[in-house]
Amino acid sequence: MFEKIMVPVDLAHRKSLARALETAAALGKVFDAPVVYVGVTAETPTPSGHNPKEFQAHLDDFAAEESRSHGHKAEARAFPSHDPAIDLNDTLLKAADEIGADLIVMASHIPNVADHLWPSHGGQVAKRAKASVFVVR
Amino acid sequence: MTDIQEDPTGIPAPEGAAGLIDTDYEIGQDNIEGMFGPLGFDVHNPVFMISGLSIVAFVIYALALPGQAADFFGWLRPALTSGFDWFFLLSANVFVIFCLFLIVSPWGSVRLGGQDATPDYSYVAWFSMLFAAGMGIGLMFFGVLEPVYHMALSEPLGVPSPIAADGSIIDANVAASRRMGLAATIYHWGLHPWAIYAVVALALALFSFNKGLPLTIRSAFYPIFGERVWGWVGHVIDTLAVFATLFGLATSLGFGAQQADAGLEHVYGIPNNTTVQVILIIGITAIALTSVLKGLDGGVKVLSEVNMAIAALLLVFVLIAAGPGRILGDFVVGIGAYAREIIPLSNPFGRTDTDFLHGWTTFYWAWWISWSPFVGMFIARVSRGRTVREFVTCVLIIPSLVCVLWMAVFGGAAVDQVLSDPVTSAVKANVIDSYNPPLSLFAMLESLPLASITSTIGVILVIVFFVTSSDSGSLVIDTITAGGKVDAPVPQRVFWCVFEGLVAIALLVGGGLAALQAMVISTGLPFTLVLLLMCWAIFRGLASEPR
Repeated sequence: MFEKIMVPVDLAHRKSLARALETAAALGKVFDAPVVYVGVTAETPTPSGHNPKEFQAHLDDFAAEESRSHGHKAEARAFPSHDPAIDLNDTLLKAADEIGADLIVMASHIPNVADHLWPSHGGQVAKRAKASVFVVR
Repeated sequence: MTDIQEDPTGIPAPEGAAGLIDTDYEIGQDNIEGMFGPLGFDVHNPVFMISGLSIVAFVIYALALPGQAADFFGWLRPALTSGFDWFFLLSANVFVIFCLFLIVSPWGSVRLGGQDATPDYSYVAWFSMLFAAGMGIGLMFFGVLEPVYHMALSEPLGVPSPIAADGSIIDANVAASRRMGLAATIYHWGLHPWAIYAVVALALALFSFNKGLPLTIRSAFYPIFGERVWGWVGHVIDTLAVFATLFGLATSLGFGAQQADAGLEHVYGIPNNTTVQVILIIGITAIALTSVLKGLDGGVKVLSEVNMAIAALLLVFVLIAAGPGRILGDFVVGIGAYAREIIPLSNPFGRTDTDFLHGWTTFYWAWWISWSPFVGMFIARVSRGRTVREFVTCVLIIPSLVCVLWMAVFGGAAVDQVLSDPVTSAVKANVIDSYNPPLSLFAMLESLPLASITSTIGVILVIVFFVTSSDSGSLVIDTITAGGKVDAPVPQRVFWCVFEGLVAIALLVGGGLAALQAMVISTGLPFTLVLLLMCWAIFRGLASEPR
């Protein structure tokens, strides 16, 4: 049913992604679809890499590790952004189009009062993406 | 290239396309992450707390003991500008020479972001952003004021005024003083300020994009302090940078509100008082907040470009309305006079024109230097992918030329008005007869056609320039107080943006703007030392880059 699954990952907050990662891996196996781990990074040095190239390398390692532990097909793609704090959702939507993902599996928090001011990324992506979106809370 | 021996300061020789610094420090390792109610935060400990609390303490002091604060800061400002004039002037000269050297040196070919990096922004967007952050409001505030003031009142290098005590024109003095008025103004807005910005911006871009260190001021000092830069030395440097930025922004917000209000009164008769100014600051902060929430590409960049377009329109209008032949003549004369007078003007020794030297030049140098962490970091952030030569040339030469043009057009038109009709000139009334700086721009526009339209555009420009300063400032302070992270939670940016507005309002209401101005100058002094060290660090950093 699904050909390509995209999973947005924040390498600095891996722990909070655990449920979404497991879901994505399981779906990848069920539909025999490759899972593409997508990371959005600034061009400035970040905790996850000194530059986008290094970030991509870390993301590749991450994808390989996921594939090893769950046994599904995995790839990784880094997307640089000038201002990731603000442009994250737009960059993710662009990434989904670019890699041709038809399902996005995304971790999100349980909505709270702050979501009225700053809606969650998962919620925003689900609202605007052309692909199906599975928001894991 | 294959030699990876470390030198004593811990910088490894370059490997591959850029010479990363090998440090165990992880970006954000000193940060505290958590939730404040429903909102997430991610801030550097202790830079965030110390700078935030100190600023609150300063505001409380200025408001609770206004008399004592006014006395202290009233003493502090002249003490600094007259006691350290030589230090400021000589240091600024060092920065200019250093930048010119970089342009012709072989290190000019080092590319920021590594050899294969491509520029993030087009020339137009890049240039608009560095310009809007770097000068912005000052051009509106001083474009008319300074050329007239230096021609008629401050007498730089002892060139006598063309205006006699009874208000008549002394023809023999006109040509020389007119030239000197332009040269002195351009001196304050030309190569020197942009060299100061270029040094800071280059240091930050180099140590962040090429060396892989976090985007904070302290990173530039790695070649000097080594790993100690992550400790207290670095905390002090970053905290100073936050002070300078926030005080500088709040001062400008206060002055901007006064100028915008003066313009509104002039055009629409809206009363010029604190209430209106507070409403203006709230309005400006609200617009800035929207821009902050739209991010670097959606907010700051778009507003900067819009602003440059409006400013260019106003410039062309004044140029045509005031007589293009005459004004373009001023442009050429201005550049010539600047070239001839730059060396005597930048010499601090044996000067007799102390009003000009201390009241203007030294004040400006301290002011530009205390603004430099803010402008420098902003310029650094948008300059990835340029070579050092391209970067320094563009940051130094092009904005200087635009400033010359701006001052020649606005100042030239105003000087013309004063000299051709000294009796009824509104500029003369508001600059020479009584000193009313916020009105000087509107006084000049009044004597040209379509005054009500152009004055309205003037007010809008003042406001939008403030918005661009306020939102880029929030971005910069947030990055420094988040230990160099550019993806810290957005509510933090909102916090700083609102905080700037609040500090400005508190000081406007409590009458602490003069204290704030003295604070800006006082942060300029230690920062001059910081900048001199930075030149050395850049030199060390570039030497270990592949070319």
